[in-house]
Amino acid sequence: MTIIQILIVVVAAFFWGMVMRERGRAWFLLVASVLVIFWLQPALPIRGIDFWIPVGTLVITIFSWYITAHEEARRAGKNWVVIAVVAGIVLLLNLIRYFPAAQFLTASRPPQIKIYFAILLVSSLTFLLVTGLTKYNRALLSISILALILIFLSIKIPALTYWVSYGLRALVGQSLTDVKALDFRWLGFSYIAFRLIHTMRDRQMGRLPVVDLGEYITFVIFFPAFTAGPIDRIERFIQDLRRPFIRPGHDDLLIAGQRLLLGLFKKFVIADALALIALNDTNALQVRATGWAWILVYAYTLHIYFDFSGYTDIALGTSRLLGIHLPENFSSPYLKPNLTQFWNNWHMTLTQWFRAYFFNPVTRWLRALRVWQKPLPVPVMILLTQIATMILIGFWHGVTWNFALWGLWHGFGLFIHNRWNDLTRVRATAWATTPLCQSMLNISGILLTFHFVAIGWIFFALSSPAVSWHVLLKLFALR
Amino acid sequence: MNKEIKIINVLIKGLALFIIINFIFAVWQPRLGKISAYNLVFPGRERLPFGENSAQAYNLSLFDLDAMFASHVIHGKEKADDEFRVILIGDSSVWGTLLTPEETLAGQLNAANLSACGKNVLAYNLGYPTISLTKDVMLLSYGMEYDPDLILWMTTLEAFPIEKQTTSPLVANNKETLHRLADKYGLEIEADDPDLIQKSFWKNTIIGNRRALADIIRLQLYGVMWAATGIDQVYPTDYVRAQKDLEADQSFHDFAPSMLAARENLLALNALETGVRVAGKTPMLIVNEPTLISSGANSSIRYNFFYPRWAYDEYRGLMFALSKQNYWNYVDLWDIVPADEFTNSAIHLTPVGETIFARELASFIAEACK
Repeated sequence: MTIIQILIVVVAAFFWGMVMRERGRAWFLLVASVLVIFWLQPALPIRGIDFWIPVGTLVITIFSWYITAHEEARRAGKNWVVIAVVAGIVLLLNLIRYFPAAQFLTASRPPQIKIYFAILLVSSLTFLLVTGLTKYNRALLSISILALILIFLSIKIPALTYWVSYGLRALVGQSLTDVKALDFRWLGFSYIAFRLIHTMRDRQMGRLPVVDLGEYITFVIFFPAFTAGPIDRIERFIQDLRRPFIRPGHDDLLIAGQRLLLGLFKKFVIADALALIALNDTNALQVRATGWAWILVYAYTLHIYFDFSGYTDIALGTSRLLGIHLPENFSSPYLKPNLTQFWNNWHMTLTQWFRAYFFNPVTRWLRALRVWQKPLPVPVMILLTQIATMILIGFWHGVTWNFALWGLWHGFGLFIHNRWNDLTRVRATAWATTPLCQSMLNISGILLTFHFVAIGWIFFALSSPAVSWHVLLKLFALR
Repeated sequence: MNKEIKIINVLIKGLALFIIINFIFAVWQPRLGKISAYNLVFPGRERLPFGENSAQAYNLSLFDLDAMFASHVIHGKEKADDEFRVILIGDSSVWGTLLTPEETLAGQLNAANLSACGKNVLAYNLGYPTISLTKDVMLLSYGMEYDPDLILWMTTLEAFPIEKQTTSPLVANNKETLHRLADKYGLEIEADDPDLIQKSFWKNTIIGNRRALADIIRLQLYGVMWAATGIDQVYPTDYVRAQKDLEADQSFHDFAPSMLAARENLLALNALETGVRVAGKTPMLIVNEPTLISSGANSSIRYNFFYPRWAYDEYRGLMFALSKQNYWNYVDLWDIVPADEFTNSAIHLTPVGETIFARELASFIAEACK
């Protein structure tokens, strides 16, 4: 998001929070969120696709609501109004095809209206066909989760994305000579998919609250958190949404203002400045000396934190103006004395998601598993779950060798920390009896953790293992 | 209620401070460009900052001459007793487009380990990639602060037309410097030159000046990359070579054939004279820099993309006459570099071309003593 886009979003949120207050707040959040997913979607070279991607987001979200919704929520007449409003907004956005002055709302000139109606018809028929025969179907939820994962993979695996781009270009009759994986970029899908999977799994587990369609769409594409999170939980989100909202109080204004200013400063002053000197594929091969290589790695380490946490601060500040208290995503992660604590404080909502929907179920499964009638040893279970979880977190960013290596690095790190902690906890406690010893232990832990994480970012920042290896050798004066 | 008052207070105080600080800044006009991390945290740059692709070149074009010179290696080097300091001014051929710092003319002169007046010659590249004599004079006036023993002023006909003098963004954005040169050395500038940017009071505030201030900060940040990589421009592996097949075009700016010397008023000879006055007693060698002599299509009409033959021949004659008349130290090296040793322009040399050029200049440097 550009600073102008952020300021427009903040001003809109402030205006509604201060002037309109509770009046139509839920509708405002819904309409603004629908508009924002079209507005922020970047322009793509495949004809019309930057319009159809947000439409796809809405179709998937409405379908996901239907298959997860409780019977009483499905029956509510308001849902039809919501569908009409959403379809109406999309139609209006499509109509600006004929009003060039309004085309700032979409990435490029919207496609022909007849395609809109064709897609509306096909979506409705598919929807009726898939859902008409059943009220609630656990298997359908599993298939839908699988389908979401497949879409996710098609976006995150460059080779697959290339073929998606190829297919879409062929579909619209465009040249196939210069196809690139980057021709197809679905803004915000990583977050959307995880929110949808969360509701589907919770529905399967019987934990999903009763949510109407408007609330569900607003939760999934809530505009302040659409591009960079955090990944909220629906039961928490709808509590805020349903709570009477008079207007932002003084505390809200102060906190929201502080978060917004801090976020803007972090993102547009610190992170953008550090971006100029942060490690990347080009400078990784140009850097001449070990000391400067460390500087580039440190710059990337700080850049990624200030960039991401800056966006989070902006999202939290904006949503607070509207009475939504999104969960924290960062809590001084680089000041934590060990890797476990780092991951408890870095992109917290993502790690909580993985803990709830992958780590804990897999741990339970491994505990129940018997190999030659014997349970798996605890260290083996820890190793397997840590590595699998961290590799998946890596793949959430992109399915490449380097993200796998990054996940492995952290998976092993967490395992080693777990074992080390078990071995040394008693001795460390006995040794660190004075405040000085405790401080020394703490500071050395912080420095070690920071450098472990910083070295891990090399795999994250660069695109190939070969270049990453080059930088690693350079860091330790081996090249 | 108290909290509400505090919020308003914070807003009012913040706004008031913001306005006051902007006002003070606009009135005071601090020369923030002089504060630099170069030569302190990072090594100084071998040439003045200039860049059109900052992200890849780790360099940028800015207009703050203080910041530009503060980032240069000459700013951080105390002149030693045994140093014979040579400064080079001129256009992109001196700055070294497509050349690493070591491959430029200054780099080659330094590599040659020359001596003059019993001292070691150290050459500093103060060239800048726009073609204008006025720009050169402006940079020379800054360069004089570093006590040079010899000035090498590389120039070419394209730097002479009056209309070219203030179109360089560096010149256009430094009107005050030009006025100082006008007052002190008699540089002729048009009072209402539309190219020169007049800064309003608003433009002098922090807000009005935000782009220039951001450029100074970015220049410092790119110091990290300069120190880490030694790169200060993009070096493409492939580029379009200087044109050798030329249009059958006799035109040169507003001059008709055989009218160059007759219309001296359209040439910035005053800038050349001002440069000599700025140099004062410091020896200066004015050099007509090498230019491409094409043998392709229409080469009987034009030497290269820049020059029809008639204009360049007249220019050479004019420069000989002027230097003789004014006792300028002038050397014409226009044809010393073969056509194959030019890169993407009729004045940009390959490393081999620069070596030839440096070898020719070496003898002139050895002879120059205060």
